[in-house]
Amino acid sequence: MNNSVSTTARLLGAGLRALLVLTLVTGVIYPLVVTGITQGLFNNKANGSEIKADGKVVGSSLIGQAYNLPLKKGQETPDPDLKWFQGRPQNGLGSNSVNTQYKLILSGATNRSGDNADLIKWVKDAKAAVVKDNSVAGYTVKPSDVPADAVTSSGSGLDPDISPQYADIQVHRVADKNGLSVAQVEKLVKDHTTSRTLGFIGEPRVNVLELNIALKGLVTKG
Amino acid sequence: MGPVLAGVLQLLALIAALALCYVPLGNYMAKVYTSDKHWRVEKWIYKGIGANPDTEMRWPAYLRGVLAFSAAGILFLYLLQRLQGVLPGSLGFQAIDPDQAFNTAVSFVTNTNWQSYYGEQAMGHVVQTAGLAVQNFVSAAVGIAVAVALVRGFARSRTGDLGNFWADLVRGTIRILVPLAAVAAIVLVALGAIQNFSGIHEVGQFMGGSQQWNGGAVASQEAIKELGTNGGGYFNANSAHPFENPTPFSNLLEIFLLLLIPLALTRTFGVMVGSVKQGYAILATMGTIWLGFTALMMWTEFAHHGPAFQIAGGAMEGKEVRFGVGGSSIFAVATTLTSTGAVDSFHSSFTGLGGGITMLSMMLGEIAPGGTGSGLYGILILAIIAVFIAGLMVGRTPEYLGKKIGSREIKLAAIYILITPALVLVFTAFAMALPTPGNSMTNSGAHGFSEILYAYTSAANNNGSAFAGLNADTQWFNTTLGLAMLFGRFLPMVFVLALAGSLAEQKPVPVTAGTLRTEKPLFTGLLVGAILIITGLTYFPALALGPLAEGLAS
Repeated sequence: MNNSVSTTARLLGAGLRALLVLTLVTGVIYPLVVTGITQGLFNNKANGSEIKADGKVVGSSLIGQAYNLPLKKGQETPDPDLKWFQGRPQNGLGSNSVNTQYKLILSGATNRSGDNADLIKWVKDAKAAVVKDNSVAGYTVKPSDVPADAVTSSGSGLDPDISPQYADIQVHRVADKNGLSVAQVEKLVKDHTTSRTLGFIGEPRVNVLELNIALKGLVTKG
Repeated sequence: MGPVLAGVLQLLALIAALALCYVPLGNYMAKVYTSDKHWRVEKWIYKGIGANPDTEMRWPAYLRGVLAFSAAGILFLYLLQRLQGVLPGSLGFQAIDPDQAFNTAVSFVTNTNWQSYYGEQAMGHVVQTAGLAVQNFVSAAVGIAVAVALVRGFARSRTGDLGNFWADLVRGTIRILVPLAAVAAIVLVALGAIQNFSGIHEVGQFMGGSQQWNGGAVASQEAIKELGTNGGGYFNANSAHPFENPTPFSNLLEIFLLLLIPLALTRTFGVMVGSVKQGYAILATMGTIWLGFTALMMWTEFAHHGPAFQIAGGAMEGKEVRFGVGGSSIFAVATTLTSTGAVDSFHSSFTGLGGGITMLSMMLGEIAPGGTGSGLYGILILAIIAVFIAGLMVGRTPEYLGKKIGSREIKLAAIYILITPALVLVFTAFAMALPTPGNSMTNSGAHGFSEILYAYTSAANNNGSAFAGLNADTQWFNTTLGLAMLFGRFLPMVFVLALAGSLAEQKPVPVTAGTLRTEKPLFTGLLVGAILIITGLTYFPALALGPLAEGLAS
């Protein structure tokens, strides 16, 4: 009995020593070497792809943001600032996996299923809002024009992109609110549309933060 | 180009890249586990462990090594989390509660990486980098070691020796996982994944004010998370988070990484048993299931059945624009078929049938191609079952790779395939029967049942992905899912190693005209059939209550 206890102890000791040595290799040396190399070679990317406007850091080109009006008294969720291009819906993120509202410190999805009553309502509400907000004098958005990404929330809750279709239906509204011509804004969207990598990887997309920074530049200049 | 065509082309590109690496990586790994030379750094490590890497071990000794190393891993990771409050580099995060710390420790040591915590709000630099990321490496290396021991059981004769566990563990880590992960991590940063130690800090925003970032060693963990089929994300959103998976290309790269080693191991197997054709037969089995499931997934996700998706005009809930439906579908199937469990989109918001496919993928037992190592030994056990069934049909003593499958071997294999379903179904039944566990569901009805069935399926099969609507951070789920992961990982290993020992002792049977040719397509067909029928019969009633009911209703 004593013998088997001491054998077990010896074995566990070997296991622990193996773990500590391998921790040194894979948990200290490996991450530090990778950090050293990547901080040297790809400094901006390793630190989160910060993006500047007017010399000030305004976020990361990889992370979506909210473009809202200040919260009014008695309001729980602020209204969108329709001057700017809007990203994917921020509302509809459930209490379970948190309403991230583009807050980076807690990422996550709604995890609602296709037959979930909450999700059906959120999608319907979002669709109605997208149609209403984007229909301006001389331009009406049809419900069938609204793409799926405009009315659903993303996996991370931080999606930096929208589909080109969603950007397109926002053009008239943005032009209207900023006193720009539709053609100017259309060109802006076109310039900021990224197509599939190598023609087939991923989906075409528009980075909302980069688009809004460019829009701001256009508004200030104009 | 339409999104469906783009999705198919991405799949073809993936197949091409994997095919290019198959022979070189498979041959290299065979060399790693058969070479009798030690690298200098490995000699230092053996000295540190106090083990002689040249001692041959019989199966009980090999198993004791696996269990001792894993027990030390669980204990260390548990303590690290419990002590987080006083460790440096903890970003102000407090100690993790005992039940959650147990769950997380077991989860990472068993290569499951189920997470009941929110990464960015719970774990500091030390726990993430020196605790969790380390297990990403070594749990994968343990899986490969056990698979290699089984392969040696086939390859060797008239000996009980299966190799040296410490040597297999160290070589797998140093010669295979670390170099590949380092390259992958650097590429990921080049694409936009972050790699720094800035911790929690404020960054300005477009509309004014600031947002909080949590910077850490993300890319280095992301690389091994995929490569070692682990799946535990640095952030809660896992590979959907732009800092973990920034571009469509990084998405494809991550899918490539998680399939790479499990597929190439079939080559290693072929080389080590002296017939690469036997490896191709196993590869063909894995490939058939993988491609079949991916096609089904793409079909159902693009068809987007389900009331909310019909109104939205597409199944984009829980999916990122940059990956789209195609990239997300390919990822979802690969991650659930490989025991990885990383997600680039949230499975709970897939269509009813799509969710069912992710579940069925795990229920196959993580074999197509399965986890690093665990996939190979899992499918070899099923190959033994298939050979046995074929033997019954023609009335011959079954044999596989020149070894007789006698009553001892078939008993060990049969017990192996019963363990995981027993864990899944018994725990699910208890969770449904007891009053409180059901309170954790986000969705109700069939989908609510699916959340719980998914959780135990994921845990017992060491996958780690979730129908994340389930609030799993309760004492009940932390404890029972922890036990499911523990038994689901180590009980099967006991039977694999016992089987390996028993095979290695046999003398080889000569090939005759009556031998079942296990390198031919006929056998691949038989094996695919056996896998689907065994899983189907086991889980059909449970699947009918969850995803099938949901899918057929919409």
